[in-house]
Amino acid sequence: MKTLQEAKEEVVEEFSMYDEWLDKYEFLIDLGHRLEAFPEELKTEDRLIKGCQSRVWLDTVVDGDRLQFRADSDAIITKGIISLLIGVYSGRTAREIADDDFSFVDRLGLRENLSPTRANGLASMIETLRRTAQNLVHNGTE
Amino acid sequence: MMQVEKIRQEFPELGEKVYGKPLVYLDNAATSQRPLSVIRKWTEMSEKYNANLHRAVHRIADVATAEYEATRDAVRDYLNAEFREEILFTSGATAALNLVAYSFGEAFVHAGDEIVVGEAEHHSDLVPWQLLCERKGATLKVLPVDDSGHVRLDLLPGLLTSRTRLLCVAHISNVLGLVNPVKNIVDICHSKGCAVLVDGAQGVVHERVDVRDLGCDFYAFSGHKVYAAPGTGVLYGRRALLEQMPPFLSGGEMIGSVRWSGSTWAPLPQKFEAGTQNMAGTPTLRPALEMAESLRDPGIVAEQEAIKELIINKLQNNPRIRLYGVPSAPSEKIPLFSFSVEHIHHEDLALILDKMGIAVRSGQMCAEPLMDRFGVTGMLRASFAPYNTLEEAEYFIASLDRAIQMLNV
Repeated sequence: MKTLQEAKEEVVEEFSMYDEWLDKYEFLIDLGHRLEAFPEELKTEDRLIKGCQSRVWLDTVVDGDRLQFRADSDAIITKGIISLLIGVYSGRTAREIADDDFSFVDRLGLRENLSPTRANGLASMIETLRRTAQNLVHNGTE
Repeated sequence: MMQVEKIRQEFPELGEKVYGKPLVYLDNAATSQRPLSVIRKWTEMSEKYNANLHRAVHRIADVATAEYEATRDAVRDYLNAEFREEILFTSGATAALNLVAYSFGEAFVHAGDEIVVGEAEHHSDLVPWQLLCERKGATLKVLPVDDSGHVRLDLLPGLLTSRTRLLCVAHISNVLGLVNPVKNIVDICHSKGCAVLVDGAQGVVHERVDVRDLGCDFYAFSGHKVYAAPGTGVLYGRRALLEQMPPFLSGGEMIGSVRWSGSTWAPLPQKFEAGTQNMAGTPTLRPALEMAESLRDPGIVAEQEAIKELIINKLQNNPRIRLYGVPSAPSEKIPLFSFSVEHIHHEDLALILDKMGIAVRSGQMCAEPLMDRFGVTGMLRASFAPYNTLEEAEYFIASLDRAIQMLNV
Protein backbone atom coordinates (compact mmCIF):
# COMPACT_ATOMS: atom_id res chain seq x y z
CA MET A 1 0.00 0.00 0.00
CA LYS A 2 1.16 3.51 -0.79
CA THR A 3 2.04 5.72 2.15
CA LEU A 4 -0.34 8.57 2.98
CA GLN A 5 2.17 11.03 1.56
CA GLU A 6 2.50 9.07 -1.69
CA ALA A 7 -1.27 8.82 -2.07
CA LYS A 8 -1.64 12.57 -1.65
CA GLU A 9 1.12 13.35 -4.14
CA GLU A 10 -0.49 11.05 -6.66
CA VAL A 11 -3.85 12.83 -6.39
CA VAL A 12 -2.27 16.28 -6.62
CA GLU A 13 -0.30 15.23 -9.68
CA GLU A 14 -3.28 13.64 -11.37
CA PHE A 15 -5.44 16.67 -10.69
CA SER A 16 -2.81 19.10 -11.99
CA MET A 17 -2.71 17.33 -15.36
CA TYR A 18 -5.90 19.16 -16.29
CA ASP A 19 -5.50 22.86 -17.06
CA GLU A 20 -9.16 23.66 -17.53
CA TRP A 21 -11.53 23.55 -14.60
CA LEU A 22 -14.15 21.88 -16.74
CA ASP A 23 -11.69 19.04 -17.33
CA LYS A 24 -11.01 18.77 -13.60
CA TYR A 25 -14.75 18.47 -13.10
CA GLU A 26 -14.95 15.73 -15.73
CA PHE A 27 -12.27 13.91 -13.73
CA LEU A 28 -14.30 14.33 -10.52
CA ILE A 29 -17.50 13.21 -12.28
CA ASP A 30 -15.66 10.11 -13.47
CA LEU A 31 -14.39 9.41 -9.95
CA GLY A 32 -17.94 9.83 -8.67
CA HIS A 33 -19.33 7.36 -11.19
CA ARG A 34 -16.65 4.80 -10.34
CA LEU A 35 -17.18 4.96 -6.57
CA GLU A 36 -18.21 1.62 -5.11
CA ALA A 37 -21.98 1.32 -4.63
CA PHE A 38 -23.16 2.46 -1.21
CA PRO A 39 -25.83 0.31 0.49
CA GLU A 40 -29.19 2.13 0.64
CA GLU A 41 -29.75 1.03 4.26
CA LEU A 42 -26.63 2.97 5.31
CA LYS A 43 -28.13 6.26 4.10
CA THR A 44 -29.17 7.24 7.61
CA GLU A 45 -29.40 10.62 9.30
CA ASP A 46 -26.35 9.95 11.51
CA ARG A 47 -24.18 9.22 8.46
CA LEU A 48 -25.15 12.49 6.75
CA ILE A 49 -22.41 15.11 6.69
CA LYS A 50 -23.90 18.39 7.86
CA GLY A 51 -23.16 21.60 6.01
CA CYS A 52 -23.28 20.34 2.42
CA GLN A 53 -25.77 21.70 -0.12
CA SER A 54 -26.24 18.22 -1.53
CA ARG A 55 -26.60 15.15 0.67
CA VAL A 56 -23.37 13.28 1.51
CA TRP A 57 -23.25 10.09 3.55
CA LEU A 58 -20.06 8.72 5.14
CA ASP A 59 -19.80 5.29 6.71
CA THR A 60 -16.77 4.28 8.77
CA VAL A 61 -15.74 0.70 9.49
CA VAL A 62 -12.96 0.02 12.01
CA ASP A 63 -10.86 -2.79 10.59
CA GLY A 64 -8.19 -3.76 13.12
CA ASP A 65 -6.20 -0.57 13.67
CA ARG A 66 -7.31 0.86 10.35
CA LEU A 67 -10.33 2.84 9.17
CA GLN A 68 -12.25 1.96 6.03
CA PHE A 69 -14.53 4.62 4.60
CA ARG A 70 -17.47 4.31 2.27
CA ALA A 71 -19.42 7.28 0.97
CA ASP A 72 -22.16 8.46 -1.35
CA SER A 73 -23.82 11.67 -2.48
CA ASP A 74 -26.87 12.56 -4.55
CA ALA A 75 -24.73 15.06 -6.49
CA ILE A 76 -22.06 13.54 -8.70
CA ILE A 77 -19.35 16.22 -8.35
CA THR A 78 -19.67 16.10 -4.57
CA LYS A 79 -19.46 12.32 -4.84
CA GLY A 80 -16.26 12.72 -6.85
CA ILE A 81 -14.79 14.98 -4.18
CA ILE A 82 -15.59 12.63 -1.29
CA SER A 83 -14.33 9.72 -3.41
CA LEU A 84 -11.03 11.55 -3.84
CA LEU A 85 -10.78 12.11 -0.08
CA ILE A 86 -11.62 8.58 1.01
CA GLY A 87 -9.32 7.22 -1.70
CA VAL A 88 -6.47 8.91 0.15
CA TYR A 89 -7.57 8.27 3.74
CA SER A 90 -9.29 4.88 3.64
CA GLY A 91 -7.09 2.09 5.06
CA ARG A 92 -5.01 4.47 7.23
CA THR A 93 -4.76 4.26 10.99
CA ALA A 94 -6.88 6.60 13.12
CA ARG A 95 -3.72 8.27 14.42
CA GLU A 96 -2.38 8.93 10.92
CA ILE A 97 -5.64 10.63 9.94
CA ALA A 98 -6.05 12.48 13.25
CA ASP A 99 -2.52 13.88 12.98
CA ASP A 100 -2.88 14.90 9.33
CA ASP A 101 -3.31 18.58 8.41
CA PHE A 102 -5.29 17.88 5.19
CA SER A 103 -3.35 20.69 3.53
CA PHE A 104 -2.96 18.70 0.31
CA VAL A 105 -6.59 19.65 -0.43
CA ASP A 106 -5.47 23.27 -0.74
CA ARG A 107 -2.93 22.27 -3.38
CA LEU A 108 -5.77 20.92 -5.52
CA GLY A 109 -7.23 24.43 -5.73
CA LEU A 110 -10.65 22.97 -5.00
CA ARG A 111 -11.56 25.40 -2.27
CA GLU A 112 -11.13 28.50 -4.41
CA ASN A 113 -13.03 26.95 -7.27
CA LEU A 114 -16.07 25.92 -5.33
CA SER A 115 -18.59 28.56 -4.39
CA PRO A 116 -18.53 29.46 -0.65
CA THR A 117 -21.44 27.16 0.25
CA ARG A 118 -19.77 24.27 -1.54
CA ALA A 119 -16.38 25.06 -0.02
CA ASN A 120 -18.16 24.81 3.34
CA GLY A 121 -19.34 21.38 2.28
CA LEU A 122 -15.74 20.36 1.54
CA ALA A 123 -14.66 21.69 4.94
CA SER A 124 -17.45 19.64 6.56
CA MET A 125 -16.27 16.48 4.79
CA ILE A 126 -12.71 17.02 6.00
CA GLU A 127 -13.88 17.85 9.50
CA THR A 128 -15.98 14.67 9.65
CA LEU A 129 -13.03 12.48 8.59
CA ARG A 130 -10.76 14.18 11.10
CA ARG A 131 -13.25 14.01 13.97
CA THR A 132 -14.04 10.36 13.32
CA ALA A 133 -10.32 9.53 13.54
CA GLN A 134 -9.77 11.76 16.60
CA ASN A 135 -12.64 10.14 18.49
CA LEU A 136 -11.18 6.72 17.85
CA VAL A 137 -7.74 7.83 19.01
CA HIS A 138 -9.20 9.33 22.20
CA ASN A 139 -11.29 6.26 22.89
CA GLY A 140 -8.10 4.23 22.81
CA THR A 141 -8.98 2.01 19.88
CA GLU A 142 -5.35 2.07 18.82
CA MET B 1 -36.13 51.90 -29.76
CA MET B 2 -33.38 51.07 -27.31
CA GLN B 3 -30.71 48.50 -27.96
CA VAL B 4 -29.98 45.98 -25.23
CA GLU B 5 -26.25 46.14 -26.04
CA LYS B 6 -26.30 49.87 -25.40
CA ILE B 7 -28.13 49.66 -22.08
CA ARG B 8 -25.68 46.98 -20.86
CA GLN B 9 -22.93 49.58 -20.82
CA GLU B 10 -24.77 51.28 -17.98
CA PHE B 11 -24.21 48.20 -15.79
CA PRO B 12 -20.48 47.80 -15.00
CA GLU B 13 -20.79 44.29 -13.52
CA LEU B 14 -22.09 42.96 -16.85
CA GLY B 15 -18.69 43.66 -18.43
CA GLU B 16 -16.86 41.47 -15.90
CA LYS B 17 -15.23 38.15 -16.68
CA VAL B 18 -15.27 34.99 -14.56
CA TYR B 19 -12.67 32.22 -15.09
CA GLY B 20 -11.60 34.21 -18.17
CA LYS B 21 -15.07 33.99 -19.73
CA PRO B 22 -17.60 36.81 -20.12
CA LEU B 23 -20.01 36.79 -17.19
CA VAL B 24 -23.50 35.66 -18.15
CA TYR B 25 -25.53 36.77 -15.17
CA LEU B 26 -28.78 34.82 -14.84
CA ASP B 27 -29.41 35.15 -11.11
CA ASN B 28 -31.35 38.38 -11.39
CA ALA B 29 -34.28 37.17 -9.30
CA ALA B 30 -31.89 37.06 -6.34
CA THR B 31 -30.03 40.33 -6.97
CA SER B 32 -30.11 42.51 -10.06
CA GLN B 33 -27.05 44.41 -11.21
CA ARG B 34 -26.82 48.13 -10.54
CA PRO B 35 -26.58 50.85 -13.19
CA LEU B 36 -24.10 53.75 -13.01
CA SER B 37 -26.93 56.15 -12.14
CA VAL B 38 -27.57 54.17 -8.96
CA ILE B 39 -23.88 53.80 -8.10
CA ARG B 40 -23.38 57.55 -8.62
CA LYS B 41 -26.32 58.48 -6.40
CA TRP B 42 -25.09 56.07 -3.71
CA THR B 43 -21.60 57.57 -3.86
CA GLU B 44 -22.88 61.13 -3.98
CA MET B 45 -24.99 60.58 -0.84
CA SER B 46 -21.97 59.06 0.92
CA GLU B 47 -19.45 61.66 -0.19
CA LYS B 48 -21.47 64.86 0.03
CA TYR B 49 -24.67 64.46 2.01
CA ASN B 50 -23.96 62.03 4.78
CA ALA B 51 -26.11 63.18 7.71
CA ASN B 52 -29.06 62.04 9.77
CA LEU B 53 -32.45 62.83 8.35
CA HIS B 54 -35.29 65.09 9.46
CA ARG B 55 -34.08 66.41 12.82
CA ALA B 56 -30.88 68.36 12.24
CA VAL B 57 -30.97 72.00 11.14
CA HIS B 58 -27.75 72.05 9.17
CA ARG B 59 -27.27 72.21 5.44
CA ILE B 60 -26.17 68.68 4.55
CA ALA B 61 -28.93 67.17 6.70
CA ASP B 62 -31.41 69.32 4.77
CA VAL B 63 -30.16 68.00 1.44
CA ALA B 64 -30.11 64.40 2.69
CA THR B 65 -33.68 64.78 3.97
CA ALA B 66 -34.83 66.39 0.73
CA GLU B 67 -33.33 63.51 -1.28
CA TYR B 68 -34.94 60.94 0.98
CA GLU B 69 -38.37 62.52 0.83
CA ALA B 70 -38.12 63.12 -2.92
CA THR B 71 -37.51 59.38 -3.19
CA ARG B 72 -40.74 58.78 -1.31
CA ASP B 73 -42.58 60.94 -3.84
CA ALA B 74 -40.93 59.07 -6.71
CA VAL B 75 -41.96 55.68 -5.26
CA ARG B 76 -45.46 56.96 -4.66
CA ASP B 77 -45.69 58.05 -8.31
CA TYR B 78 -44.23 54.77 -9.49
CA LEU B 79 -46.75 52.68 -7.53
CA ASN B 80 -49.56 55.21 -8.05
CA ALA B 81 -50.28 55.26 -4.31
CA GLU B 82 -52.89 57.78 -3.18
CA PHE B 83 -50.86 59.36 -0.37
CA ARG B 84 -47.12 59.83 0.13
CA GLU B 85 -47.36 58.65 3.75
CA GLU B 86 -48.47 55.26 2.44
CA ILE B 87 -44.87 54.68 1.30
CA LEU B 88 -42.66 53.33 4.10
CA PHE B 89 -38.95 52.71 3.63
CA THR B 90 -37.56 49.46 5.03
CA SER B 91 -34.36 47.47 4.69
CA GLY B 92 -36.01 45.17 2.15
CA ALA B 93 -39.07 43.07 1.42
CA THR B 94 -38.32 40.77 4.37
CA ALA B 95 -38.37 43.70 6.79
CA ALA B 96 -41.54 45.05 5.16
CA LEU B 97 -43.33 41.71 5.55
CA ASN B 98 -42.19 41.37 9.16
CA LEU B 99 -43.49 44.87 9.83
CA VAL B 100 -46.95 43.90 8.60
CA ALA B 101 -46.84 40.54 10.41
CA TYR B 102 -46.17 42.31 13.68
CA SER B 103 -48.14 45.55 13.43
CA PHE B 104 -51.15 44.33 11.45
CA GLY B 105 -51.12 41.23 13.66
CA GLU B 106 -51.19 43.32 16.86
CA ALA B 107 -54.07 45.42 15.57
CA PHE B 108 -56.25 42.93 13.77
CA VAL B 109 -55.36 39.27 14.42
CA HIS B 110 -56.77 37.42 17.43
CA ALA B 111 -57.07 33.83 18.65
CA GLY B 112 -59.22 31.82 16.26
CA ASP B 113 -58.58 34.12 13.29
CA GLU B 114 -57.04 32.89 10.03
CA ILE B 115 -54.27 33.95 7.67
CA VAL B 116 -54.06 32.53 4.13
CA VAL B 117 -50.69 32.14 2.39
CA GLY B 118 -49.98 31.04 -1.19
CA GLU B 119 -48.34 27.63 -1.61
CA ALA B 120 -45.54 29.05 -3.76
CA GLU B 121 -44.51 31.79 -1.33
CA HIS B 122 -40.89 32.65 -0.57
CA HIS B 123 -39.95 31.84 3.05
CA SER B 124 -40.01 35.61 3.73
CA ASP B 125 -43.72 35.65 2.92
CA LEU B 126 -44.37 32.48 4.88
CA VAL B 127 -42.37 32.26 8.12
CA PRO B 128 -43.51 35.69 9.46
CA TRP B 129 -47.14 34.48 9.11
CA GLN B 130 -46.34 31.19 10.82
CA LEU B 131 -44.86 33.11 13.74
CA LEU B 132 -47.80 35.52 13.81
CA CYS B 133 -50.25 32.59 13.96
CA GLU B 134 -48.24 30.99 16.78
CA ARG B 135 -48.21 34.25 18.77
CA LYS B 136 -51.92 34.87 18.35
CA GLY B 137 -53.34 31.37 18.32
CA ALA B 138 -54.50 31.94 14.75
CA THR B 139 -54.64 29.34 11.96
CA LEU B 140 -52.46 29.39 8.85
CA LYS B 141 -54.20 28.19 5.68
CA VAL B 142 -52.65 27.49 2.30
CA LEU B 143 -53.92 28.57 -1.11
CA PRO B 144 -52.58 25.78 -3.37
CA VAL B 145 -51.12 25.88 -6.87
CA ASP B 146 -51.89 23.29 -9.55
CA ASP B 147 -49.30 21.10 -11.32
CA SER B 148 -48.56 23.86 -13.86
CA GLY B 149 -47.91 26.30 -11.00
CA HIS B 150 -51.10 28.35 -11.34
CA VAL B 151 -52.85 29.55 -8.20
CA ARG B 152 -56.05 27.55 -7.58
CA LEU B 153 -58.32 30.60 -7.71
CA ASP B 154 -61.32 28.24 -7.74
CA LEU B 155 -60.43 27.10 -4.20
CA LEU B 156 -60.07 30.61 -2.80
CA PRO B 157 -63.72 31.42 -1.94
CA GLY B 158 -63.98 28.17 0.02
CA LEU B 159 -60.86 29.02 2.05
CA LEU B 160 -62.13 32.37 3.25
CA THR B 161 -64.34 32.65 6.31
CA SER B 162 -65.52 35.54 8.47
CA ARG B 163 -62.38 34.91 10.57
CA THR B 164 -59.88 35.31 7.69
CA ARG B 165 -57.99 38.54 8.34
CA LEU B 166 -55.28 38.57 5.69
CA LEU B 167 -54.19 36.78 2.53
CA CYS B 168 -50.54 36.94 1.48
CA VAL B 169 -49.46 36.13 -2.06
CA ALA B 170 -46.61 36.98 -4.40
CA HIS B 171 -47.32 39.17 -7.39
CA ILE B 172 -44.94 36.84 -9.25
CA SER B 173 -43.46 33.69 -7.66
CA ASN B 174 -39.66 33.67 -7.43
CA VAL B 175 -39.70 29.98 -8.41
CA LEU B 176 -42.51 29.68 -10.93
CA GLY B 177 -42.22 33.07 -12.64
CA LEU B 178 -45.98 33.20 -13.24
CA VAL B 179 -47.87 36.47 -12.81
CA ASN B 180 -50.59 35.77 -10.28
CA PRO B 181 -54.14 37.06 -10.86
CA VAL B 182 -53.81 39.57 -8.02
CA LYS B 183 -56.82 41.68 -9.03
CA ASN B 184 -59.10 38.64 -8.96
CA ILE B 185 -57.64 37.54 -5.64
CA VAL B 186 -58.19 41.01 -4.18
CA ASP B 187 -61.80 41.13 -5.42
CA ILE B 188 -62.62 37.77 -3.88
CA CYS B 189 -60.86 38.58 -0.58
CA HIS B 190 -62.33 42.05 -0.20
CA SER B 191 -65.83 40.72 -0.83
CA LYS B 192 -65.28 38.58 2.28
CA GLY B 193 -63.69 41.36 4.33
CA CYS B 194 -60.16 39.93 4.12
CA ALA B 195 -57.17 42.23 3.52
CA VAL B 196 -54.53 41.34 0.89
CA LEU B 197 -50.78 41.68 1.05
CA VAL B 198 -48.77 41.31 -2.16
CA ASP B 199 -45.11 40.33 -2.08
CA GLY B 200 -43.85 42.36 -5.01
CA ALA B 201 -40.17 41.39 -4.86
CA GLN B 202 -40.32 40.00 -8.42
CA GLY B 203 -43.46 41.83 -9.53
CA VAL B 204 -42.05 45.34 -9.29
CA VAL B 205 -39.21 44.36 -11.63
CA HIS B 206 -41.30 42.88 -14.43
CA GLU B 207 -44.76 44.47 -14.19
CA ARG B 208 -46.01 48.03 -14.26
CA VAL B 209 -47.37 48.14 -10.70
CA ASP B 210 -50.38 50.29 -9.86
CA VAL B 211 -51.47 49.59 -6.30
CA ARG B 212 -54.78 51.37 -6.72
CA ASP B 213 -55.59 49.34 -9.80
CA LEU B 214 -54.53 46.10 -8.08
CA GLY B 215 -56.57 47.14 -5.07
CA CYS B 216 -54.23 45.42 -2.60
CA ASP B 217 -53.83 46.66 0.99
CA PHE B 218 -50.06 46.11 1.20
CA TYR B 219 -47.37 45.81 -1.46
CA ALA B 220 -43.76 45.06 -0.47
CA PHE B 221 -40.55 45.00 -2.47
CA SER B 222 -36.75 45.07 -2.10
CA GLY B 223 -34.45 47.59 -3.74
CA HIS B 224 -31.65 45.18 -4.59
CA LYS B 225 -33.78 43.16 -7.02
CA VAL B 226 -34.84 46.27 -8.93
CA TYR B 227 -31.40 47.84 -9.58
CA ALA B 228 -31.15 49.82 -6.30
CA ALA B 229 -28.70 49.54 -3.41
CA PRO B 230 -28.95 46.54 -1.08
CA GLY B 231 -30.54 47.17 2.30
CA THR B 232 -33.33 49.23 0.75
CA GLY B 233 -36.97 48.36 0.40
CA VAL B 234 -40.51 49.65 0.36
CA LEU B 235 -43.76 48.84 2.03
CA TYR B 236 -46.87 50.36 0.55
CA GLY B 237 -49.76 50.19 2.98
CA ARG B 238 -53.24 51.68 2.79
CA ARG B 239 -53.29 54.72 5.04
CA ALA B 240 -56.48 53.72 6.86
CA LEU B 241 -54.81 50.46 7.93
CA LEU B 242 -51.37 51.90 8.74
CA GLU B 243 -53.00 54.50 10.99
CA GLN B 244 -54.63 51.78 13.08
CA MET B 245 -51.47 49.67 13.34
CA PRO B 246 -49.02 50.12 16.27
CA PRO B 247 -45.32 50.72 15.54
CA PHE B 248 -43.08 47.75 14.72
CA LEU B 249 -39.60 48.96 15.68
CA SER B 250 -39.43 51.73 18.23
CA GLY B 251 -36.73 54.24 19.07
CA GLY B 252 -35.50 57.48 17.58
CA GLU B 253 -37.34 59.37 14.83
CA MET B 254 -40.65 57.51 15.26
CA ILE B 255 -41.93 59.25 18.38
CA GLY B 256 -44.17 62.22 19.04
CA SER B 257 -43.12 62.77 22.62
CA VAL B 258 -41.46 60.56 25.23
CA ARG B 259 -42.31 60.82 28.93
CA TRP B 260 -41.71 58.37 31.76
CA SER B 261 -45.47 57.98 31.83
CA GLY B 262 -45.50 56.83 28.21
CA SER B 263 -44.81 57.90 24.63
CA THR B 264 -46.77 59.01 21.61
CA TRP B 265 -45.96 58.27 17.99
CA ALA B 266 -44.97 60.44 15.10
CA PRO B 267 -47.49 60.63 12.25
CA LEU B 268 -47.11 58.41 9.18
CA PRO B 269 -44.72 57.55 7.66
CA GLN B 270 -42.19 58.27 10.47
CA LYS B 271 -44.16 56.10 12.90
CA PHE B 272 -42.79 53.09 11.02
CA GLU B 273 -39.29 54.39 10.33
CA ALA B 274 -37.48 54.08 13.66
CA GLY B 275 -33.77 54.72 14.00
CA THR B 276 -31.24 56.06 11.51
CA GLN B 277 -32.41 55.21 8.04
CA ASN B 278 -30.39 53.98 5.05
CA MET B 279 -29.69 57.55 3.97
CA ALA B 280 -27.20 56.63 1.25
CA GLY B 281 -29.08 53.61 -0.11
CA THR B 282 -32.72 54.65 -0.12
CA PRO B 283 -32.23 57.61 -2.52
CA THR B 284 -30.91 55.12 -5.10
CA LEU B 285 -34.48 53.84 -5.47
CA ARG B 286 -35.21 56.93 -7.57
CA PRO B 287 -32.65 56.32 -10.36
CA ALA B 288 -33.33 52.58 -10.01
CA LEU B 289 -37.05 52.93 -10.71
CA GLU B 290 -36.26 55.36 -13.55
CA MET B 291 -34.08 52.59 -15.01
CA ALA B 292 -36.88 50.04 -14.54
CA GLU B 293 -39.22 52.39 -16.39
CA SER B 294 -36.80 52.99 -19.25
CA LEU B 295 -36.26 49.23 -19.63
CA ARG B 296 -39.91 48.94 -20.68
CA ASP B 297 -38.75 50.25 -24.07
CA PRO B 298 -40.29 48.26 -26.98
CA GLY B 299 -36.88 47.24 -28.35
CA ILE B 300 -35.88 45.70 -25.03
CA VAL B 301 -39.28 44.12 -24.42
CA ALA B 302 -39.07 42.47 -27.87
CA GLU B 303 -35.73 40.87 -26.98
CA GLN B 304 -37.16 39.64 -23.66
CA GLU B 305 -40.06 38.02 -25.50
CA ALA B 306 -37.64 36.31 -27.90
CA ILE B 307 -35.61 34.98 -24.93
CA LYS B 308 -38.77 33.64 -23.29
CA GLU B 309 -39.91 31.89 -26.45
CA LEU B 310 -36.49 30.32 -27.06
CA ILE B 311 -36.00 29.01 -23.53
CA ILE B 312 -39.55 27.73 -23.02
CA ASN B 313 -39.31 25.87 -26.34
CA LYS B 314 -35.90 24.37 -25.62
CA LEU B 315 -36.78 23.28 -22.10
CA GLN B 316 -40.16 21.87 -23.01
CA ASN B 317 -38.85 19.96 -26.00
CA ASN B 318 -36.32 18.08 -23.92
CA PRO B 319 -38.08 15.03 -22.46
CA ARG B 320 -35.58 14.86 -19.57
CA ILE B 321 -36.33 18.40 -18.43
CA ARG B 322 -39.26 19.37 -16.24
CA LEU B 323 -40.15 23.07 -16.22
CA TYR B 324 -41.97 24.37 -13.16
CA GLY B 325 -44.40 27.20 -13.82
CA VAL B 326 -45.80 26.43 -17.26
CA PRO B 327 -47.71 29.42 -18.66
CA SER B 328 -50.94 29.06 -20.62
CA ALA B 329 -49.97 32.23 -22.51
CA PRO B 330 -46.49 33.83 -22.81
CA SER B 331 -47.69 37.05 -21.17
CA GLU B 332 -48.29 35.11 -17.95
CA LYS B 333 -44.63 34.32 -17.47
CA ILE B 334 -41.59 36.46 -16.81
CA PRO B 335 -38.20 35.28 -18.16
CA LEU B 336 -37.54 33.18 -15.07
CA PHE B 337 -37.14 29.44 -15.53
CA SER B 338 -36.91 26.87 -12.75
CA PHE B 339 -36.47 23.30 -13.87
CA SER B 340 -34.94 19.94 -13.09
CA VAL B 341 -33.16 17.45 -15.31
CA GLU B 342 -33.90 13.78 -14.85
CA HIS B 343 -31.14 11.85 -13.00
CA ILE B 344 -28.95 14.95 -12.64
CA HIS B 345 -28.52 16.94 -9.45
CA HIS B 346 -29.21 20.68 -9.74
CA GLU B 347 -26.04 21.47 -7.82
CA ASP B 348 -23.87 19.64 -10.36
CA LEU B 349 -25.43 21.59 -13.21
CA ALA B 350 -24.96 24.92 -11.42
CA LEU B 351 -21.33 24.11 -10.66
CA ILE B 352 -20.52 23.30 -14.28
CA LEU B 353 -22.46 26.26 -15.67
CA ASP B 354 -20.52 28.48 -13.26
CA LYS B 355 -17.28 27.29 -14.81
CA MET B 356 -18.71 28.24 -18.21
CA GLY B 357 -19.24 31.78 -16.91
CA ILE B 358 -22.96 31.42 -16.24
CA ALA B 359 -24.38 32.47 -12.87
CA VAL B 360 -27.57 30.58 -12.05
CA ARG B 361 -29.21 29.52 -8.80
CA SER B 362 -29.57 25.97 -7.56
CA GLY B 363 -31.36 24.70 -4.49
CA GLN B 364 -34.64 25.35 -2.77
CA MET B 365 -34.88 29.03 -3.70
CA CYS B 366 -36.28 29.82 -0.23
CA ALA B 367 -39.45 27.88 -1.00
CA GLU B 368 -39.08 24.51 0.70
CA PRO B 369 -42.82 23.71 0.85
CA LEU B 370 -43.03 24.26 -2.91
CA MET B 371 -40.06 21.89 -3.45
CA ASP B 372 -41.98 19.29 -1.42
CA ARG B 373 -45.10 20.00 -3.49
CA PHE B 374 -43.20 19.06 -6.65
CA GLY B 375 -41.28 16.23 -4.96
CA VAL B 376 -37.77 17.61 -5.51
CA THR B 377 -34.87 18.53 -3.20
CA GLY B 378 -34.17 21.60 -5.30
CA MET B 379 -34.27 23.08 -8.78
CA LEU B 380 -32.04 24.98 -11.15
CA ARG B 381 -33.18 28.53 -11.85
CA ALA B 382 -32.13 30.87 -14.64
CA SER B 383 -33.64 34.32 -14.16
CA PHE B 384 -33.16 36.95 -16.85
CA ALA B 385 -33.28 40.74 -16.57
CA PRO B 386 -34.09 43.17 -19.39
CA TYR B 387 -30.34 43.72 -19.90
CA ASN B 388 -29.77 40.06 -20.81
CA THR B 389 -29.43 39.34 -24.52
CA LEU B 390 -30.82 36.66 -26.80
CA GLU B 391 -27.22 35.69 -27.49
CA GLU B 392 -26.73 34.99 -23.77
CA ALA B 393 -29.90 32.88 -23.78
CA GLU B 394 -28.54 30.85 -26.71
CA TYR B 395 -25.21 30.41 -24.92
CA PHE B 396 -27.08 29.28 -21.80
CA ILE B 397 -29.00 26.62 -23.73
CA ALA B 398 -25.85 25.36 -25.49
CA SER B 399 -23.97 25.29 -22.17
CA LEU B 400 -26.82 23.47 -20.45
CA ASP B 401 -26.75 20.80 -23.18
CA ARG B 402 -23.01 20.43 -22.73
CA ALA B 403 -23.30 20.21 -18.93
CA ILE B 404 -25.97 17.51 -19.26
CA GLN B 405 -23.67 15.60 -21.62
CA MET B 406 -20.82 15.84 -19.12
CA LEU B 407 -22.98 14.60 -16.26
CA ASN B 408 -24.56 11.68 -18.09
CA VAL B 409 -23.68 8.28 -16.72
